[in-house]
Amino acid sequence: MTDRLIKGADLVGKGRRDVLIRDGRVAEIGSLTAAGAEVVDADGLVLLPGLVDLHTHLREPGREDAETVRSGTRAAAKGGYTAVCAMANSYPVADTAGVVEQVAALGKAAGYADVQPIGAVSIGLEGKQLAEIGAMAGSAANVRVFSDDGHCVSDPVLMRRALEYVKTFGGLIAQHAEEPRLTEGAQMNEGPVSAELGLPGWPSVAEEAIIARDVLLAEYTGARVHFCHVSTARSVDIIREAKARGAQVTAEVCPHHLLLTDEAARTYDPVYKVNPPLRRDADVAVLRAALAEGVIDAVATDHAPHAPQDKDCEWAAARPGMLGLETALSIAVLALGGPDDVDWDLLAERTSRTPARIAGLEAHGRDPQPGAEANFTLVDPAASWTVVPEGLASLSRNTPYAGRKLPVTVQATFLRGRATVLNGTIAEEIQ
Amino acid sequence: MRHLLTTKELTREEAELILDLSGQMADAVTGREVPKLPALRGRTVVNLFYEDSTRTRTSFETAAKRLSADVVNFAAKTSSINKGESLRDTALTLQAMGADAVVIRHPAAGAPQRLTEWLDGAVLNAGDGTHAHPTQALLDAYTMKRRLGGIEGRTVAIVGDILHSRVARSNIWLLSKLGANVRLVGPPTLLPKGIDDWPVEIGYDLDASLKGADAVMMLRVQRERQNAAFFPTANEYARLYGLDERRLALLPDHAIVMHPGPMNRGMEIAATVADSPRATITEQVTNGVWVRMAVLYLLLTNGEAR
Repeated sequence: MTDRLIKGADLVGKGRRDVLIRDGRVAEIGSLTAAGAEVVDADGLVLLPGLVDLHTHLREPGREDAETVRSGTRAAAKGGYTAVCAMANSYPVADTAGVVEQVAALGKAAGYADVQPIGAVSIGLEGKQLAEIGAMAGSAANVRVFSDDGHCVSDPVLMRRALEYVKTFGGLIAQHAEEPRLTEGAQMNEGPVSAELGLPGWPSVAEEAIIARDVLLAEYTGARVHFCHVSTARSVDIIREAKARGAQVTAEVCPHHLLLTDEAARTYDPVYKVNPPLRRDADVAVLRAALAEGVIDAVATDHAPHAPQDKDCEWAAARPGMLGLETALSIAVLALGGPDDVDWDLLAERTSRTPARIAGLEAHGRDPQPGAEANFTLVDPAASWTVVPEGLASLSRNTPYAGRKLPVTVQATFLRGRATVLNGTIAEEIQ
Repeated sequence: MRHLLTTKELTREEAELILDLSGQMADAVTGREVPKLPALRGRTVVNLFYEDSTRTRTSFETAAKRLSADVVNFAAKTSSINKGESLRDTALTLQAMGADAVVIRHPAAGAPQRLTEWLDGAVLNAGDGTHAHPTQALLDAYTMKRRLGGIEGRTVAIVGDILHSRVARSNIWLLSKLGANVRLVGPPTLLPKGIDDWPVEIGYDLDASLKGADAVMMLRVQRERQNAAFFPTANEYARLYGLDERRLALLPDHAIVMHPGPMNRGMEIAATVADSPRATITEQVTNGVWVRMAVLYLLLTNGEAR
């Protein structure tokens, strides 16, 4: 592999340096010239540690018509990601060592981003019997995070046991907080808009009640718990109090919960249907503040590709979820007060370093330093782009941002020094 | 007006135009040997019903036929919700057949609005989930106007399962737009969350809410709701929110009793009240035809041929 010299990038907003990459790692940082190295002109660009997504639905195995590991990781690379955590709700469910190893192998073969499988907590995501968590942890996929995402581990006994069980290897349960009895048939946030539209409401208390319970269980068992896609202001309060008491709690927020509200449901266009649902303006404001403050640790996409027939239908018949990987960085920039005067260090903390730490991905989420793996993304802070669904790398088109102008573009992404994206274009072959 | 999806989107002028035209339709047809007008000759109206509703479908069919339109009944037993043909594919089929108007009844809120994206013809919402049922509200308003001499300043109590009622939602927007005072009455379990900004008074005590009401609209309550803890038993519901003769006597003498049907006699309304001369239930059915004629006429002619 030829050496690569990234010239003139602003390193995480801390100043311009050149970065020399050799054999997939950072060889040198400074004011450099290197004969024989392939030069990447990064004048005016910001270098960030490659983004890490704690929450991606790659749909393979099972729904390759909506996304494959390859198409999903191409989308990830385009969005500046070098690692994604693949959620377990595939068909078959990732509840055995065999499935998680398959997903990891597909990621390796594609080569666009590191794919870290998340294992199911319960067999078939049914919330009844623990999946073979130990086998998945000990497999080649080295699973550390477990989640029944899409479903809540609502049975308090099962949740307690799962929290206790993963302590042996420092594992983490990522909870989809949704009390199922409070959300039977729910279609959108419960409030003034659902009242008017006649769509059954998803009350915020269904999320908050589970988060409160699981904070207590985590404290009681001395285990760690991570909350997926936190969507309400009151959830933020509960997490803040838990952290203040020293509970081992982390939380993520999705880009769409930082930008969109339930007013979008007035169109009855299911592209805005997502679980947990879009909430109110006040929730968006609190989530943004909590992300800046660190009560919410990370941005996670909940990238959820769906085939056209699962969205071109009545709201109630549509599957929940929206694309996220290619738009997350732009929206994180907006949510953290950008695009002018973005705090790149804070952005790197919430989109790369902290999620890498939560997922246990040690080679990711690291600022450039000699010897470290070269997992970076180069961002043009002055550029903007308009979202065109047909132009996205994902196989699916269910982006809620079609036609929207977003700030910042990803110019290049490097995974262990190899360009997965260069000059804003996805590499056809990784070299 | 290209479609009729909700009463919320109607202007007061449009609503009044529909009510006036409904009266003209009644006058034009009533007493004629052949109760038909030629206004929509050669036009095709498709009734696309995903829920069994003989009364609403028949009313639309009668209205369309009295305007000389061709009526096609497309009884869709299955929808994409239960893995039948997708609504979009059905819409494209109707489009290919050249439907001028589609009257749709669907269990999913918002289905008529989705239909407008796939069809060129007019879409008329005949009830979508718990969202809207605009022609029911229009026929209720027409009935009130006829019986009470007007709507402006009148007080209407809507009683019962507001949460699951598209009829209530459509009446709230329409009647408040036409200047009525609207009271919602029911147990808190059956009132939607987040309605503080609605143009209504909210009450939990039926006796109190009946005082001074010019019309009381009783909503159908499904007995099965007791299984989801919306109320303890059908008996308790009837005791607290049923309209019986004692409560009928609390109403002013001129007040009318309305019900969109089908009724649960003995549940939300006592049989004797349903059959009393103050009940307008069958009159509402008759008026439904005039109102649906008016709406079909306006949507299919843009009012131009008048």
